[in-house]
Amino acid sequence: MTDPAQTQHPANSLHTGPDEKGHFGPYGGRYVAETLMPLILEVEKTWHAAKEDPAFWEEFKDLAKHYIGRPSPLYFAKATTEHLGGAKIYFKRDELNHTGAHKINHCLGQILVARRMGKGRIIAETGAGQHGVATATVCALFDMPCTVFMGAEDVQRQAPNVFRMKLLGAEVVPVTSGSSTLKDAMNEALRHWVANVHDTYYLIGTVAGPHPYPEMVRDFQSVIGQETRDQLQEAEGRLPDSVVACIGGGSNAMGLFYPFLDDPSVRLIGVEAGGHGVETDKHAASLNGGTEGILHGMKSYFLQNEDGQITEAHSISAGLDYPGIGPEHAWLHDLKRAEYVSVTDEEALDAFQKLSKLEGIIPALEPSHAFAHVLKIAGDLPKDHLMIMNLCGRGDKDIFTVADKLGVEL
Amino acid sequence: MNRINTIFETLKAEGRKALVTFIMAGDTDAGTAQEILDALPGSGADIIEIGMPFTDPMADGPAIQAAGLRALDSGADMHKTLEMVQQFRTKNNTTPIVLMGYMNPVLAFGPEAFTKACAECGVDGLILVDLPPEEADEIAPLAQQNGLHLIRLLTPTTDMQRLPNILNGAGGFLYYVSITGVTGTKSANVDEVGKHIAEIKTQTDLPVVVGFGIKTPDDAAAMGEIADGIVVGSALVEQIGAGANSAVISTQVQALKDALKAA
Repeated sequence: MTDPAQTQHPANSLHTGPDEKGHFGPYGGRYVAETLMPLILEVEKTWHAAKEDPAFWEEFKDLAKHYIGRPSPLYFAKATTEHLGGAKIYFKRDELNHTGAHKINHCLGQILVARRMGKGRIIAETGAGQHGVATATVCALFDMPCTVFMGAEDVQRQAPNVFRMKLLGAEVVPVTSGSSTLKDAMNEALRHWVANVHDTYYLIGTVAGPHPYPEMVRDFQSVIGQETRDQLQEAEGRLPDSVVACIGGGSNAMGLFYPFLDDPSVRLIGVEAGGHGVETDKHAASLNGGTEGILHGMKSYFLQNEDGQITEAHSISAGLDYPGIGPEHAWLHDLKRAEYVSVTDEEALDAFQKLSKLEGIIPALEPSHAFAHVLKIAGDLPKDHLMIMNLCGRGDKDIFTVADKLGVEL
Repeated sequence: MNRINTIFETLKAEGRKALVTFIMAGDTDAGTAQEILDALPGSGADIIEIGMPFTDPMADGPAIQAAGLRALDSGADMHKTLEMVQQFRTKNNTTPIVLMGYMNPVLAFGPEAFTKACAECGVDGLILVDLPPEEADEIAPLAQQNGLHLIRLLTPTTDMQRLPNILNGAGGFLYYVSITGVTGTKSANVDEVGKHIAEIKTQTDLPVVVGFGIKTPDDAAAMGEIADGIVVGSALVEQIGAGANSAVISTQVQALKDALKAA
């Protein structure tokens, strides 16, 4: 693992973002209520001091190794490679982390920041419950009270994760305002934060929100890309030709992409949730089907109507079901440094089943989107093309959704 | 001269405090909102804030969230909000109008087109809840060119170190958010707010108006003692949501006005 702070970058590097006000090109920033501004500035100050402090990273690395189980393996997917007959495919196995997904990386990092700020309570928002479970996990580890805001509809749909959070000692607050989904859970967490600034830290679950969250979460998640880089160097002696990751808010993708931003030979491919298709009104593809806007403290791309009213996202994967995307992705999209594509619910569902049978790995529905795109493009690529896909979560949580879609009663 | 400056000069000369009333544009529908708006000056409102409906109002409590959704459900949008002001101005050319809301609908309209349209329709000021001074460059120069005050928010978390940042570029009046919380929830601590406002007043000549958590005539009287004016929003909006017509709202506003006079 390399500390982000220890690496020096040339002035024209894509690693220099964000600027001192938290902007990635025109995106990012701090669009929050005045009540939160002093606190946001304090989070930034604490985070930047932590980033420069070797003792902070020592603690992070120690827990990443012994508690999360890092580094996660880089696995040569032989069966998939032979099946497709094109690119040589590797999986970054972040589904093997403690709690079964990459979310734990930034939860661990952020709770260390919260502790340095002297904040005694943690709040978080969650959609499917994965970030909520990861947050509740680190709160149990550090013995801090934890409140998770979750859309009332999601509470119904994700009962096993609600139970997990409760087992871990967290309080789960069903949110009934707005449309009772992830964006409303985030609104409610922000409202709660405004009312409890003195003792509370908001542990945001993706590379979104006001500065410094997109930068901070990216830096904690970039352990994924850094390990991948080192592991592929060892396995193949060179850089990958392409890296593929699914995108909701964009934390696993940003973590994978970031260490490769300054290597133009590496194609960066983000896969958005196309739902019923980006041409319909039922998808969660903010870059392919959204426009520039401001929500949840940041300027980025959002699903919205002409009047600037935010519209509902839809995806079979609750973890991708968010009407916005992290600002750094918006910037990389405009710069054309990364390509952003989408796959539909149906394609993801097929990929979910295919990966289970081909490799004996039941993936989460989120990386099933990434795998669906791998299935589309890898066969046409030359055999010496090295492709890495981030397998960012395991699928146990999704078996009920998938069974339901396949018409199987459990 | 901007109507906001004029009203505060008048209020000062008469030794009165400003009663600022908030309603949501298009709530519960365009006709109802227009009728209520048109009657507000006659019932004692000195300044009127009109909420620009937004799906995701992160600084607002349940009452104003619901008002925005009611308005959107009845077909409200930014064009109709501006038309509402334009219509009001055919009958009233003195009561200041301040549009209050979030940046996204403004960005969707286009900051340049929006500020121009505001000026043409007779808007006097803007309160953009999720636009701290750090991000204001996008709209501040345009607001100024169009004679609109960009009204800044102060909160209990604003310390003296941050204050100059907020005052820089502030116009019209300062909106003091009296609680750490969202609109219409808890009640403020009058003593603490009073102390903070006194401190702020050493640094600026702008009038300071207090909002968030003022519901009853008693609240109005207490806050009127320590500030240049008060804002009542959620309490009115709750009544509108419950089906109150403009006569009911007028009575409610009149009671607040009387309490404030007595202050």
